[in-house]
Amino acid sequence: MSEKQIDELSGVETTGHEWDGIQELNNPMPRWWLWTFYATIVWALVYSIAYPAWPLISTTTTGFLGYSSRADVKNELAAAEQAKSAYVEAVKAKSVGEILADQNLRQFATAAGSAAFKVNCIQCHGSGAQGSPGFPNLNDDEWLWGGNIDQIYQTIAHGVRFDGDEDTHVSEMPAFADVLEPQQINEVAAYVASLEGQADTPDLVPAGAQVFADNCAACHGENAKGNKEMGAPDLTDAIALYASGQAAIARQVRQPKHGAMPAWGERLGDVKVKELAIFVHSLGGGE
Amino acid sequence: MKYAMETILLALAAFAALLGAAFAKDSQFGAHMWVLFFVLTASVIVLMRTSSYAPAGVSAEDNSPYMDGPVRYGVIATVFWGVTGFLVGVIVAAQLAFPDLNIEPWLNFGRLRPLHTSAVIFAFGGNALIATSFYVVQRTSRARLFGGNLAWYVFWGYQLFIIMAATGYLLGITQSREYAEPEWYVDIFLTVVWVAYLIVFLGTILNRKEPHIYVANWFYLAFIVTIAMLHIVNNLAVPASFLGSKSYSLFSGVQDALTQWWYGHNAVGFFLTAGFLGMMYYFVPKQAERPVYSYRLSIIHFWSLIFLYIWAGPHHLHYTALPDWAQTLGMVFSIMLWMPSWGGMINGLMTLSGAWDKIRTDPIIRMMVVAIAFYGMSTFEGPMMSIKAVNSLSHYTEWTIGHVHSGALGWNGMITFGAIYFLVPRLWGRERLYSMRMVTWHFWLATLGIVVYAAVMWVAGISQGLMWREYDEQGFLVYSFAESVAAMVPYYIVRTIGGLMFLAGALVMAFNVYMTIRGHVRQEEPLPGAAPAIQPAQ
Repeated sequence: MSEKQIDELSGVETTGHEWDGIQELNNPMPRWWLWTFYATIVWALVYSIAYPAWPLISTTTTGFLGYSSRADVKNELAAAEQAKSAYVEAVKAKSVGEILADQNLRQFATAAGSAAFKVNCIQCHGSGAQGSPGFPNLNDDEWLWGGNIDQIYQTIAHGVRFDGDEDTHVSEMPAFADVLEPQQINEVAAYVASLEGQADTPDLVPAGAQVFADNCAACHGENAKGNKEMGAPDLTDAIALYASGQAAIARQVRQPKHGAMPAWGERLGDVKVKELAIFVHSLGGGE
Repeated sequence: MKYAMETILLALAAFAALLGAAFAKDSQFGAHMWVLFFVLTASVIVLMRTSSYAPAGVSAEDNSPYMDGPVRYGVIATVFWGVTGFLVGVIVAAQLAFPDLNIEPWLNFGRLRPLHTSAVIFAFGGNALIATSFYVVQRTSRARLFGGNLAWYVFWGYQLFIIMAATGYLLGITQSREYAEPEWYVDIFLTVVWVAYLIVFLGTILNRKEPHIYVANWFYLAFIVTIAMLHIVNNLAVPASFLGSKSYSLFSGVQDALTQWWYGHNAVGFFLTAGFLGMMYYFVPKQAERPVYSYRLSIIHFWSLIFLYIWAGPHHLHYTALPDWAQTLGMVFSIMLWMPSWGGMINGLMTLSGAWDKIRTDPIIRMMVVAIAFYGMSTFEGPMMSIKAVNSLSHYTEWTIGHVHSGALGWNGMITFGAIYFLVPRLWGRERLYSMRMVTWHFWLATLGIVVYAAVMWVAGISQGLMWREYDEQGFLVYSFAESVAAMVPYYIVRTIGGLMFLAGALVMAFNVYMTIRGHVRQEEPLPGAAPAIQPAQ
């Protein structure tokens, strides 16, 4: 242990301790440091008196401001509800057709539907409603179950092939592997491929047209334009949910894939479903 | 035979691991026990090959006043785990930017992320703390490490803990507690190692030949004692089976969450703050060759830091199921923590008064100064983010990641690099480092890497927070969550580049350390800026 000495460079006295050559100066604590420290302590005391803070035996101090985060969020939500309530009441009271006709209400419902879409629908339909393989694009004017406002509302409310809902869309395409000969399936696949573009084997197309007329036209229509009552898609355009190209079409004919969509009416309530319908209708393809 | 008892115990432990693998209740535990078996068997073989049957004599090492073997190994382990941890960090950063880099199942983000955090905090940081504390406590106490080979047990035991933790993560074994992911059997083993560490450290202090305990040792001791307490309480759990890898926490619900964040916050407070302040209090005055600025400040900021830190954990649970009163206390204690944290910064920076010119001439001092500056910045940012109004924006965003990294890369990383550059020539008896120019390169790569990293994470975090809370005029959310994720991609890419720079700096250091240990000296021009003569105060 060395004696206290004066540090040559700073002119400050050392404490007289030394460890492995390290000494300590006897500087005071910086005043600004000390006063800021005191200020934070005072602030902490005041804050903890103003807000719920100190645990007591079976409860806690509540603070003179009477703040509680639960009450706070409740008030905020209530204020937000209040601000929208006139519109929400109107949406509740009117049919989707009437909402569509009312300029102000339609704008509100579109904004509300857009927000709800981002939370509930983009997982399958994509954040731009552009769809993804097996999930239809909602921006175009090709509709499986109909594109007028009532049909869109019906589809969102009750879903597609959704077990828990009586009014859901149920029809689905049978597996033709059990009905048609393999050769016939190749023929009809060539025919359907020729409708939307190019068949791999054009010589099968005429025979395929006959197979189509006998087996498929009942649902897809004689001119293959589809039937929205049954969710039978239009086969003449280049838009396909599952299968593009002859081989893929043949697979779909043999063992079709069927999509499903939940019934949102039960889950989100009628107002949200109406808003979603208005929003989807506004995307570009609404009829 | 030297190490006869150690060899027998290791062989028995290897056999026990084999039994564990044979009777495992789940395949993960079985795989983990196989890992343990192979590691222990390899250790037995290494020990037997190094054994000699000559009568146990006294080596030169045993005669020297200080026991530096574990410190040398610790420095090498620090460099090795540092490079590993930074590399895994760069990989997980790249995985966020390019999700295709997730390689299922062992190398997906969910398993690599705890590997990264544990590797940098506990493997890199932990080895740095153990090695420097062993070095510092001997010098400042003028006493040899207490307990003889117990220090070696601490070193090797800690490496085994790291290997068991790391392989466990890759196998998918986790108790899902952030920074405390290892399961019960690894936790128990770490507890044993940690108690041995406490015995070695405390025993050395008790054997000291100095009348007073140096401030660095207060911090190291606070770190060791508190980490023991935090580790034990947070890992109180009931194993589903003594031969299985699953356990259930003793706490449930919000109590469990609060215990976890009491642990998590104080892992930052006592591992990454108190422990590294101990490092700073020795290596900064040594490298600057100046006395510590203020003894009084060191006392007050030590005790206020230790007292206040332990209560600040609830600020990790703002606006959750945690009752309001606990949130308030977590917040006000965090605010009061600001000045006690800054006390360390003031003492570190002001210690340089009279030696400021060294920033120009000594890249090691420069590293230490940047470390202290980042320490000061992140200990201001921390209390600020604990304010509920700020937290409602910053919480769950990339801002938190940026905050953690400015502290971890800037403070913990830089002060450790400084300490390593100080230690390596002294520990291996070299005149100087292989290359001072490489230290300068390391300094700039690391500093720029941190700045890039922290800056993009601020921008990313604040944009993310603002996107989540943006409402349109009718009161509806403007962005979906997926849109806020997509908006992060450019920031994630730039962040990866920042991390890559930091990793590159660490590789330069690894090479420099390797060449110094091998005894090479690089022929290079001296750094510009000769030291002017120091003038006494008027």
